[in-house]
Amino acid sequence: MMPAIHYAAILPELCLLVFGLGHLLLSFTVQEENKGSLAAIAILILVVAGATLIPLWDQPVVTFAGSYAVDNFALFFKWVFLLAAVLAILHSGSYLRQEGMEHGEYYTLLLFAVLGMMVMASARDLMVVYVGLELMSITFYCLVGFLRGRLGSNEAALKYFILGAFSSAFLLYGFSLIYGITGTTSIPEIHTFLAAHPEAMAAPLALAIVMVIVGLGFKVSMVPFHFWSPDVYTGAPTPVTAFLSVGSEAAAFAAILRIFVSGLAGQSPLWSGLLTALAVITMTVGNLMAIQQRDVKRMLAYSSVTHAGYILVGVVVGGAAGSATVMFYMLSYAFMNIGAFGVVAALNRTEGAEGASLDHFAGLAKVHPALGAVMLVLLLSLAGIPPTAGFFGKFYIFMGAVQANLVWLAVVGMLNSAVSAYYYLRVVVYMYMRDPEGEPQLLLSTPMRWSLAASIAGVFALGLFPDTILALARASAAVF
Amino acid sequence: MSGPIPLQWPLCLSALLFTLGMVGVLTRRNMIQVFMSLELMLNAVNLNLVAFSRHLESLTGQVFVLFVFTVAAAEAAVGLAIIIAFYRNKPTLNVDEFNLLKW
Repeated sequence: MMPAIHYAAILPELCLLVFGLGHLLLSFTVQEENKGSLAAIAILILVVAGATLIPLWDQPVVTFAGSYAVDNFALFFKWVFLLAAVLAILHSGSYLRQEGMEHGEYYTLLLFAVLGMMVMASARDLMVVYVGLELMSITFYCLVGFLRGRLGSNEAALKYFILGAFSSAFLLYGFSLIYGITGTTSIPEIHTFLAAHPEAMAAPLALAIVMVIVGLGFKVSMVPFHFWSPDVYTGAPTPVTAFLSVGSEAAAFAAILRIFVSGLAGQSPLWSGLLTALAVITMTVGNLMAIQQRDVKRMLAYSSVTHAGYILVGVVVGGAAGSATVMFYMLSYAFMNIGAFGVVAALNRTEGAEGASLDHFAGLAKVHPALGAVMLVLLLSLAGIPPTAGFFGKFYIFMGAVQANLVWLAVVGMLNSAVSAYYYLRVVVYMYMRDPEGEPQLLLSTPMRWSLAASIAGVFALGLFPDTILALARASAAVF
Repeated sequence: MSGPIPLQWPLCLSALLFTLGMVGVLTRRNMIQVFMSLELMLNAVNLNLVAFSRHLESLTGQVFVLFVFTVAAAEAAVGLAIIIAFYRNKPTLNVDEFNLLKW
């Protein structure tokens, strides 16, 4: 007998899958001059998927024989993915047109990457985690290398591919050990088994946990598995970098929360110490490296390493409270990071496109005051200055750490946050206090303006009404 | 000799293959050899899963192997495509020459 499948609960995923394939077929028939409409259709698909998520709120469903959970936790993350994808697509059209690479499959790949992330957020079984992770990763390998005429993009894709496959082998080895120890791949059953046999095979289980942390730590660019991120972020097309930095990180954190905070909660002595140490190292190393960068894209790459460190503090706090702060942070991070990479995309120059040097930002506030102001707000938010989203993201995470008696961890986080202000504000100094060198070419199409406006609106909305969103995140994290 | 093979044997073999693959990825300089080492790591995992599946008398492990196979095939297709795209711009397979972006 086939287990019952709740098709209504997976409607958003089905919608992305079916319309995504339709989008691919459509892109073969669209005339060259109508290519711009492909982005609009992709956004429409994402919006429809987002709308089909709404009736599922507060109606938790477990389907596919217990391996797929559609609960508020998954829904919150799915909205973050869809939002990030819409913001990134708005930045993509004119960027790709300038590179002469506006092909429909770009948007299709992006839709499938979102599908992979959504599968990860809902996964209640290690097998499903793996399949979702690979669906996301393989599409990202293609997207990172999308500018196939450009060596930097090829090289970034190769590095991402090799290190990505390497880390997923570790993840899988960890999963296979967990399966061997507990006899199941279902996360709740793993929890039940380990609760019944608390002393079961501590040594192999510790090895399995370390391997899973290596595999997922790679995806969130946790130090010491972060070497790929600056190279890949620099070489990839900038809108892809924006989406990769937010989407892949959010999806991996969703999986980390499901596996560790839910499945392995009883084993926290085995992993919380390790994750705490990694959080401290990740924040500090990310900061120290970011300070040295003169390329803004690389600086933002290391800054995303640092942010992964802050978010890890929320994971270490654990439980519903810690998870809610992680979710709030991911949402605010989606607004501010995609916006910041969007400004970098607007400054993109065809000739020196391997990145955006600090010098390109010199005098931006004089050349284009609005764009300068947008970047200013986004950088202040990344640095965590009120009344922006970034401030409350950090505030809630560190408050959670204090309440969990991890005061020292909160202090380390705050010190790191103060250090990070240096390299964010350096860009501001270049924008406002230097004179522009020559006439900068700006690429600022109408969709990019919308996306930047949405980022700014989000940053302020989360900064002015943080309680509402945190309440929503708490309601979503209540599944733990 | 008779009776089933003890669980430790395939597990040790799998650990050995995994280590070989890992060392291969880290030390080989030829792109294709790195790629083969990656596949070796994935197949070490498959061996592990099948051994556990037999030992635990549960089919889950073997189902997992099918998923790993499928994903590995997709990954190989994309990986080779990326290698070809790279090769068209810079005809080399030597990992040391991927130096445009500093590590």
